Amino acid sequence: MTDSQRIRFLSTTLIIGFFLMWEVLCIMLNVSDLVLPRPSEILVTLWTRFPVLWPHILQTLYSTLFGFSLGVIIGVTIGVLVGTSKIAYAVAYPLLVGFSSIPKVAVVPIFVLWFGSGTTPAVLTAMVICVFPIVVNIATGLATTEPELEDVLKTLGASKTEILWNVGLPRAMPYFFASLKVAITLSFVGAVLSETVASNMGIGNVMMTASSNFQVSLVFAGLIILALMGVALYAVFSFLESRVTGWATRGNDIAVT
Amino acid sequence: MSPNIPASAAQQVDPAIVHSRPALELQNASVVFGSGNKAVTALSPTNLKMERGDFLALVGPSGCGKSTILKLVSNLLQPSDGLVLVGGKEAKGKELRIGMAFQNPTMLPWLTIEQNIMMPLKIVEPFKQTYRQDKKGAFRDRVHALLAQVGLKDFANHYPWQLSGGMLQRSNLCRALVHEPDLLLLDEPFGALDQFTREELWQIMQTLYLDRKPTVLLVTHDLREAGYLANRICVMSARPGRIISDEPVNIPQPRDISMIYSPEFVEMTQGLREMIAQVRSS
Repeated sequence: MTDSQRIRFLSTTLIIGFFLMWEVLCIMLNVSDLVLPRPSEILVTLWTRFPVLWPHILQTLYSTLFGFSLGVIIGVTIGVLVGTSKIAYAVAYPLLVGFSSIPKVAVVPIFVLWFGSGTTPAVLTAMVICVFPIVVNIATGLATTEPELEDVLKTLGASKTEILWNVGLPRAMPYFFASLKVAITLSFVGAVLSETVASNMGIGNVMMTASSNFQVSLVFAGLIILALMGVALYAVFSFLESRVTGWATRGNDIAVT
Repeated sequence: MSPNIPASAAQQVDPAIVHSRPALELQNASVVFGSGNKAVTALSPTNLKMERGDFLALVGPSGCGKSTILKLVSNLLQPSDGLVLVGGKEAKGKELRIGMAFQNPTMLPWLTIEQNIMMPLKIVEPFKQTYRQDKKGAFRDRVHALLAQVGLKDFANHYPWQLSGGMLQRSNLCRALVHEPDLLLLDEPFGALDQFTREELWQIMQTLYLDRKPTVLLVTHDLREAGYLANRICVMSARPGRIISDEPVNIPQPRDISMIYSPEFVEMTQGLREMIAQVRSS
């Protein structure tokens, strides 16, 4: 067994062990399923209620991805504007820090006030929450481009746009993808949060309703779904990152002598 | 030279025009950083003329303004006073075809060697216009022919981090030459290499030069490198720099690498060494 296989095996064992332990402790300590349902009960709930849960899963996914896409477009645009000019970077920095230090949860009531409850505030929350990590990372990636790399194109008489396109943006890609992994998770949190507060659709809303009806195993089923979705979204962007920016995290296994 | 590479434009120009328009001319060009009391003169007013096909080596103590001259010519820096003319035109904008190789190979890490070397063709006219059609055909053949000439035939699809320092510097030379520049600027390109690799690259450089006869301006600390490669050597004084000696190297090319141990050659480099030692102490 190689090291990576062993790590994978141990990770799986740990996850299974965690749920087994949960199950066993609940039975041994005789915990009421109104407080903490056993994993087996949660699984049964998941299975039987899945047809009802499915539209809510799609709704949450939709809000997350829509908000995230808007956030990426806005984030990249601001990031490029701020990162390509030293002056713009210095001027905009305090405002950006100010915006990014607002707890994004606090904007949900404002969006509800403006747009009513439903999908719109969820999408907007998902967007707002993911913009700043992208802006900061793109700007940092561009601002830290080695001048020598730019000089290569400058001596060829390249225009600013050509330099941005051929050196700046590729150079900023690892930063961009690192921020996407963070951003997608944040968007997901933002969408669920907004659904919990002000929506009649989505997993966040399901959990909220289930909680007020004391359907505890359904609340936990929602939690499991959220965990799985979060992991899946993260995995997708990790995979994309390794495909696109492999040059920045090169392995030692392809060395040429 | 491979048949894939057309003869450079410089070779087709009428000789009369060649003589009337030097490939490179500095007219009282000077560079001053800062202003007032804090002004630092990097380069005293300097005059320098290079004919097409010249291989000029610029040597001198460190900090004397050698690299400043290169930056002036390559448009990375504007002269504070005086003129910099490349091919009779002021060194500005895109119409100049300049190839440059720095001490640091500066290959873009996200591109393969082939894509790196192709970069000038993507930026510089007239290649730029047909880049989309030719990048998989004529341009790729051109890059591969160059790579074969420097012994990197099998490394076109490798990434820069997979290559050694000497290989990277060879790719760097290819990138500087691929768009057939009128003027090739070399800023200590072999400085960071070990002695054997360096001598190997000197020979490769000589072959590339004799094949294409571009106008070359080489900045170096290495007097043997200057003597082996160049057909003209200029010595610069200590800061603020100016040119204090301008001598031809009268040894026929191609030169054999063992020549650098011959008495005449040693005598010539000794002479240069003493001159630089003198300006350093004064």
